[in-house]
Amino acid sequence: MSTPIELPKWADVSLVPILAVIVAFLVAGLVVLGIGENPVKATVLLIQGALGSGEGIGYTLYYATNFIFTGLAVAITFHAGLFNIGGEGQATMGGLGAALICLNLDFLPWYIVLPLAILGAMALGALWAFIPGYLQVKRGSHVVITTIMFNFLAATLVVYLLVNVIGKPGSMSPETRVFAASAHLPYLHEALAYFGLKIPKSPLNLSFVLALLASAFVWITVWHTKLGYAIRTVGHSPTAATYAGISIGRITLISMAMSGALAGMLAVNEILGVQTRLLLEFSSGYGFIGIAVALMGRAHPVGIVLASILFGMLYQGGTELSFEMPRVTRDMIVAISGLVILFAGALDGLIRRPVAGVFARFLKSGA
Amino acid sequence: MNPMAGQAPAIALSGIDKRFGEVRANSNVNLAVASGSVHGIVGENGAGKSTLMSILYGFYEADRGTIHIHGNQVRIRSPKEAIALGIGMVHQHFMLVEPLSVIDNVMLGAEGGPILAKGEAQMRAALAQLAETYGLVIDPDAVVGDLPVGLQQRVEILKALVRGADILILDEPTAVLTPDEAEQLFVLLRTLAAQGKTVILITHKLNEIMAVTDNVSVMRRGEMVATLKTAETSPAQLADQMVGRHVLLDVSKGPAKLGPVRLSVEHLIIRDAHSSLRVKDVSFEIRAGEILGLAGVAGNGQSELLEALAGIITPTLGSITLDGQDLITLAPTPAERREQGVLHIPEDRQRMGLVPAFSAAESMILGFQSDNAFGTGPMLSTAAIQTHTAKEMDLYDIRPRDASLKTAKFSGGNQQKIVLAREIEHRPKVLLVGQPTRGVDVGAIEFIHKRLIALRDAGVAILLVSVELDEIMSLSDRIIVMCGGVITGERTPETTSDRDLGLLMAGVTERAA
Amino acid sequence: MSGMEIYATLIAILESGLRLCVPLVFACLAGLWSERSGVVDIGLEGKMLVAAFASAAAAGATNSAVIGLGAGIIASIGFALIHGFAAISQRGNQIVSGVAINMLAAGLTALVGNAWYNQGGRTPPLEGNARFQPLTWPGAETIDQIPIIGPIYAHLLSGHSALAYCALVATFLSAFILRRTRFGLRIRAVGENPAAVDTAGVSVVRLRYSAVIIAGILCGFAGSYLALGQAAGFLTNMTAGKGFIALAALIFAKWRAWPALGACFLFGLLDAVAIRLQGVMVPGIGQIPVQAIQALPYLMTVILLAGFIGKAIPPKASGLPYVKER
Repeated sequence: MSTPIELPKWADVSLVPILAVIVAFLVAGLVVLGIGENPVKATVLLIQGALGSGEGIGYTLYYATNFIFTGLAVAITFHAGLFNIGGEGQATMGGLGAALICLNLDFLPWYIVLPLAILGAMALGALWAFIPGYLQVKRGSHVVITTIMFNFLAATLVVYLLVNVIGKPGSMSPETRVFAASAHLPYLHEALAYFGLKIPKSPLNLSFVLALLASAFVWITVWHTKLGYAIRTVGHSPTAATYAGISIGRITLISMAMSGALAGMLAVNEILGVQTRLLLEFSSGYGFIGIAVALMGRAHPVGIVLASILFGMLYQGGTELSFEMPRVTRDMIVAISGLVILFAGALDGLIRRPVAGVFARFLKSGA
Repeated sequence: MNPMAGQAPAIALSGIDKRFGEVRANSNVNLAVASGSVHGIVGENGAGKSTLMSILYGFYEADRGTIHIHGNQVRIRSPKEAIALGIGMVHQHFMLVEPLSVIDNVMLGAEGGPILAKGEAQMRAALAQLAETYGLVIDPDAVVGDLPVGLQQRVEILKALVRGADILILDEPTAVLTPDEAEQLFVLLRTLAAQGKTVILITHKLNEIMAVTDNVSVMRRGEMVATLKTAETSPAQLADQMVGRHVLLDVSKGPAKLGPVRLSVEHLIIRDAHSSLRVKDVSFEIRAGEILGLAGVAGNGQSELLEALAGIITPTLGSITLDGQDLITLAPTPAERREQGVLHIPEDRQRMGLVPAFSAAESMILGFQSDNAFGTGPMLSTAAIQTHTAKEMDLYDIRPRDASLKTAKFSGGNQQKIVLAREIEHRPKVLLVGQPTRGVDVGAIEFIHKRLIALRDAGVAILLVSVELDEIMSLSDRIIVMCGGVITGERTPETTSDRDLGLLMAGVTERAA
Repeated sequence: MSGMEIYATLIAILESGLRLCVPLVFACLAGLWSERSGVVDIGLEGKMLVAAFASAAAAGATNSAVIGLGAGIIASIGFALIHGFAAISQRGNQIVSGVAINMLAAGLTALVGNAWYNQGGRTPPLEGNARFQPLTWPGAETIDQIPIIGPIYAHLLSGHSALAYCALVATFLSAFILRRTRFGLRIRAVGENPAAVDTAGVSVVRLRYSAVIIAGILCGFAGSYLALGQAAGFLTNMTAGKGFIALAALIFAKWRAWPALGACFLFGLLDAVAIRLQGVMVPGIGQIPVQAIQALPYLMTVILLAGFIGKAIPPKASGLPYVKER
């Protein structure tokens, strides 16, 4: 029972997560049926909403951008044998980092203020993950609990700052002033229009390109650098890491900081790309869905991009669906994420075991 | 001691078989233990003693064979059933809940009712009774985690006795005890037997067998090879039986061309994470071009010594010098030791020497991952490590020749060759070798031995730690033996025998007749 | 402000602190049972949420708060069993499972709530017998007039819903069962060293499932109190992080029942103070940032976990699936 269930690699990276998603969808379908709607029709509406128009695709990719960042953030800690569930808080702090730069420096030209704002988002996100990492390494408190607490600490800190310090003067709602135009990350339809290409208007912005670059960066770091080798060694076998002269503490700090920086980049999409001001709760659960994305994408950037697009479709399609079928609200997507986390994560064995059984029988009859 | 004629033995096992996958842990084991006796079971590590006792205690069910307790055939499917049959067990790793009190630990599973208070009063009375009968005095309200090891073991024994055990199994009970505590334990075991309890003592220490048992059974490689009356045997005979006649390995090696002293260890003292003493004042040196064999039963401080030399754990006291340079201050970490030319083939390749989930190529650079040969600056070149591995695979005949195959998919012998190739190819000055042929097929054993000899002839100082006596005998130029954290003797292969080494390994330091 | 006014304010804050700590106490005890048995539970939040929804829905349909409570408990046990199945039988990652439970609960309650009642995820407001009404102790109004002691009787002892008193009973029972009974001893043992329990002939799996179900029942009380006692119906995400505050309180209490009550009361009180101080100018200090008070439970927990003040050590085997090893 305790021995890992052996599967061919392709099945492990594609078949198992796909089956997990299918099971999650079947359960979700039953829920839709339970509230008196037709799940097949709902699925069709959802797909149409997500992919049926240029605008829909734009929105899908805009949502996917968030999931890529948070999914990568979770994945990189998985490789180091850690579990960062503080993506929400790190994203919130990322928003603060970006906003602090923009509010103070947005008189500068875009080519100075935008890179600085992105770095600001990464830096504060990284800090918010580094501290729990540091407390684990030096003080023995587990990152899981500490990152949960840091989610709430980030939320209260940002509320305080928005209400008392950086909020828009004279405004009742807790948000900053709108940043100057030099601090807006261009929409993709604007950027492409510059090159004469016309695509439908959507919130999709250059962050999507950054997200793809971040995916490539994570892929190269994890599999093609000495640091990545050290991270994976620590994740697979701490004793082998010690033998190899790799400092587990150092790797913990580095991977937590990288993870936080990636989660912080969520703010690049939401704050610099779309909202152009800091406001409350812009991370709205994307940090947690990153866990589903990382589990489903098997912690590999390619898998994460694909899983993010799937969740982007769910978000966008779900929004459209809720117009057509008001009984099926976007909360459906949160429930589906929960189911995916359950079946691709905690109940993973429930799917792997039968699959492994089928493979074993197949191999036996084939031999 | 004459087992009463006509009375059924307390325990009779016959034809017990137990397999774990490919490993045959017990094969056709027969054992009869007379009621009211102390019965020793000896054997090297992995001989199958613990598996046999786990079957008796209901942790495992045997694949085949029968168990009789006091003449009645029984099936023991769980510890609960074993307890009901009057079998108690004192595990080598205590089954105690450290933050709880002694009384709570003793009561666990035998509470005497849903509310503790009533059963607790009875249990306290029972403990007082046992304290009187056997001298097992203990404060019932002490927190177990605060007690010294000897008293923790007493709690384990009390747990068995209050449940009415009349058969008591003790698995390596003295491994954690001081000599005084061990002496007290033996007195207790004799008292228990005198009162009609049956005691099974599992150990690899022959002096304990001689001191306390009535009968002794010897296990070797999953089989029960002999059962003898203790009075009619000798440590030498038992050592002989334990070690057995191994296939003599054909290793041809010329005389050693000894160079200067490479590695020198002086007065090394090592405590483990629980600050118990593992290595007690050990000193030795190794010369260039020499293989120093370190023999001993596993768990007598060799592993800690090896890890301390490799920089993985820090010794409490003493010095380690390489060519006269103090390694503990100059190169405290594994990475720095490696740079100094102290390379290490660890005892446990699965957990330490390799990463089973990595490709062979990735495992091939473990410990050398920062080497610029495998990528410039921060980058790691997959092509470079693949090429490097392909070359090593040819040199060391590692099969299959697939550098991207997962390490776990290679056989034990080929995995070990990956480690061997990696460490040898990085030109060691000193090579620390732990259990180089454990779980390795015969062909690979020969290959590994030849490589080690060639390395020695090239002037490398080698420390060979092995529980395989034949390996120690055929490879070493000099042999030291460890038992209980101290060096119990130094020999050369020419002036010793398996039996002599067996005695030293068992802690019998005077030369036996 | 006169002395009397200050006293009245103090009583009001304490009263509000008591009300706010009730769901925390239930949830914290739930976490205590689960983690003492060796199953880490970060899904307290989710279980409370489904219980709140189910209790509001059932109470609304039957006009009975007691039936509502029953439904809340059943729903919460259902989710607890999912977690138990993943953690105990499947030996899955308990953190991952907890996160899944929370998301599933947040999504499903909002979705189903909206589909059933069409009020943006709320249930229709409950009144009368569908809620747990405050119980007024005999003579509370008269005694309230007695200076100093009167308000203590009338506002702190009297005037809470039956569930609030249940929280006290639950604390007593948890402490008693864990400390004084066979079952409690076994639970305390299995969270520290399951192998010791196994070798003593007791089933680790059965113990852990029992503890997880008890956690479900207690979360059922917590959620029902939110929907039927504190509020008058279900609101989307009405737990608003209380499950995590309870987790913090659990750490603060070092996994013990009476200290858990104390920690929850402290955190409830902080919440009450924060609400009270919203926008109030304190003479000599100015406005105290409410967020600083709200952040205190989390901050204190982080500091405690890091061992800067005392040391909080979780049960040794919590979070680890039990695999028989020999």
